[in-house]
Amino acid sequence: MSKTSIALNRFGYGLHHGTRAPSEPQADLLRQLAAFNPRPGALADRPDSSGEAGELIQVIRQQQRKSKQDAARAAEMSSAQEVKKMTREERIDQLPPELRGKVREAYGRLRADIEARVNVAVASPTPFAERLVHFWSNHFSVTAQKQGTPFEVGNHEFYAIRPNLNGRFSDMLKAAVLHPAMLLYLDQWQSSGPNSPFNKRRKGRGRRGLNENLAREIMELHTLGVNGGYSQADVTEFARALTGWTVKGLARIKRFAEPQSSGAVFIAAAHEPGSRQVMGRNYTDAGARQAVAILDDLAARPATARFLATKLARHFTSDTPPASLVTRLESDFLRTGGDLASLHRTLVRSPEPWANAPAKFRQPFEWLVSVMRFTGVETLGGRRTIGVLRQLGQEPWKAPSPAGFDDVNASWAGPDALLRRVELAERIARNAPADAIMERAQAAFPDALSEPTRTWLSRAESGHQALGLMLVSPEMMRR
Amino acid sequence: MTLSLNRRSLIAGSLAVTASAACSPNIAMARVPGDRNLLFVLLRGAMDGMAMLAPLGDPGFEAARALALPDYDGATRLGSMFALHPSFGEVGKAYQDGDALFVHATATSYRDRSHFDGQDLLESGGVKPNSKRDGWLNRLVGMMEGEEQPPRALAIAPTIPLALRGQAAASNYAPSNLPNASADFLDRVSRLYEGDEQLGALWSSALETRAMAADSGLKNLRDAQKTGELIASLMREKAGARIAMIELNGWDTHANQRGAFARAAGSLDALLGAYRIAMGPAWDKTLVLVATEFGRTVRYNGTRGTDHGTASATLLMGGAVRGGQIAGDWPGMAESQLFQGRDLRPTTALESVLAGASAEHMGLDPARAMTQLFPDRSAGPLSGLVRA
Repeated sequence: MSKTSIALNRFGYGLHHGTRAPSEPQADLLRQLAAFNPRPGALADRPDSSGEAGELIQVIRQQQRKSKQDAARAAEMSSAQEVKKMTREERIDQLPPELRGKVREAYGRLRADIEARVNVAVASPTPFAERLVHFWSNHFSVTAQKQGTPFEVGNHEFYAIRPNLNGRFSDMLKAAVLHPAMLLYLDQWQSSGPNSPFNKRRKGRGRRGLNENLAREIMELHTLGVNGGYSQADVTEFARALTGWTVKGLARIKRFAEPQSSGAVFIAAAHEPGSRQVMGRNYTDAGARQAVAILDDLAARPATARFLATKLARHFTSDTPPASLVTRLESDFLRTGGDLASLHRTLVRSPEPWANAPAKFRQPFEWLVSVMRFTGVETLGGRRTIGVLRQLGQEPWKAPSPAGFDDVNASWAGPDALLRRVELAERIARNAPADAIMERAQAAFPDALSEPTRTWLSRAESGHQALGLMLVSPEMMRR
Repeated sequence: MTLSLNRRSLIAGSLAVTASAACSPNIAMARVPGDRNLLFVLLRGAMDGMAMLAPLGDPGFEAARALALPDYDGATRLGSMFALHPSFGEVGKAYQDGDALFVHATATSYRDRSHFDGQDLLESGGVKPNSKRDGWLNRLVGMMEGEEQPPRALAIAPTIPLALRGQAAASNYAPSNLPNASADFLDRVSRLYEGDEQLGALWSSALETRAMAADSGLKNLRDAQKTGELIASLMREKAGARIAMIELNGWDTHANQRGAFARAAGSLDALLGAYRIAMGPAWDKTLVLVATEFGRTVRYNGTRGTDHGTASATLLMGGAVRGGQIAGDWPGMAESQLFQGRDLRPTTALESVLAGASAEHMGLDPARAMTQLFPDRSAGPLSGLVRA
């Protein structure tokens, strides 16, 4: 691959139809970092849906008093879980009117946000920065598959990840893991201190307590990594410190709720009193600040630097990233105190990501965005965007686990996955402008188009067929 | 192939209830090459073995899980100790028919509590997370590659899971609602990929599998019953897959476990029940292994769910299984009997179950299978779980 083709395809989302490849590829990537717009047009007009998740849960709870069955169905329907037999629409139709509207609204929000996510990447003049947004968003993966979360997953990427892309990692960490989407996804919103005033007043079945899910995943997946030196006791202590962090809009706790900058609220009465010991350090009871102080320390640990450096290097080089690159990124992170802008620039200035041969198989989302940029298709529409990504095997905000989507070739380069791309490519190519495909292919992969691809493009019986073949060519599949 | 006649398991805690199975039959005799089927069902998210097979006879159960007791009112009792969760109606029937067995308190050698590392070990068969890049099921296929009719291996999934990735040929298939591409276009793609090692291999495998599943009529894998029928349709014919795998999610029940578990269990039960019927006569030569990465805490957490634990239960089904029994030692639920004061203590190595049952079923030497599928384990393969 030429340097220009690497900048376009390995770092970016491919050349956009009608634009020109940069003459100085490395400088252009640095320019993109500086020019990144956290809130481009398509996101600027988006209505704020924060607080809607809590309200939806509240409506479900109220309904519970009238009909347990309806409430249970609504709880199930208010997440993007797989549903059996009946279509989602049929099931929503059966809900009582006060629930129906709210559940529909949740789906409308999710659909619009998925479409916006794709369209922003397709239209972006800074595709490298968009790739980084999606990398970090996947690092802090949240899904729309829990009660209320269809309202919040878009907020999470658009307002917790994007504004912090070139800021400090500790700020992105706090914004992302204390966001309502994450609190709902990893069960934190219902966790409360066993000795908190909230639980002391309650008896028997009304009593709640600790849930350690979020605490564990923050240590394992977001900061230290699985061998990062923490123990089960550290997880439990951290979980205690996190108690009180929950979502707004729940009537019972409304008057106690202290709003937080992440969009969540803190309920002091649900917080476990006392100081905590996490990884050898003592944290005095400072209410909401107790967990924040722990997060700041986790962000600064050497294990965190190593873990993040490895993941970032893997994304832009190969499944087994070069040790030299990992070490360079790690030192940069430690030297700057987790300055992400510096980390991203160091990645661009390192020699390893510029290695000649492509080593990564494009993930389905990456492939679709590149296909749309190549063909000049601006949007597929909300429903079709979701449908296509589902068929390709990578629906946004539906990663199979809190670890996010896998970032190794074997997870994506499967026989069935390839066939699906071929089926979709033929269909997209039929309805897209198909003039001068060879010239466009050469522009999108400057000095990097292989002999077989050129041969089979030139032998195609029509422009549309040539376009279809180009969309599934080895050049489009790997980066 | 010589088979040792004494393949009695070396694991700690003998299988008291399987004493009758200990006499080792000469399994090579009755076997026709290429007629055995194996389906591996991976439950991702840590399935709660104590919810599937509740130890009602253990006083510790009521103490830790009083909230769950109503679920087992009138549930099928399996022996004096256990009750089967009511969502498992089809599995219960198979158990009564002698076509299903459980091994309780199973765990891999993994003793931490990360889903991702736990699944990595269960799938790769390694002893350290991320240390092996291929899966034990793929190596099982590899052990049979020299046979007269080497098995075709298939994942019913949009991508091939780690357990089936590796050197041996494996394909994948999942129904979609994409329109089929034109024959001319497929042909041109074949030529475009001809010289490309990676894409060429994936492509020919995709075309073969698609031909096999041409008329499933499904558009996705959401309907558990239809998925069960689909898997059977891909396995029961002579040219079908003999080794297959499917993964099911929804077992990570941190909050309000009762409803969440019932939903996931109902799905699994519907899939297995439909698969059993749809396999027809081939069911008699079929082994289904249902396993999860680890279990869940004995006590409920503060949100009526359970957190990551250690031992769970493993389900074996199929006409080939010595069903109607619950194998494995019960470790007990008293405070002093728990692992690290919170989890069910493992008494049987899950690797021993998987290696022992699949090797005996496929006519392979269990000891050799153990070292190839799950190297560096102290436990040996478990014997007597399947019929000759």
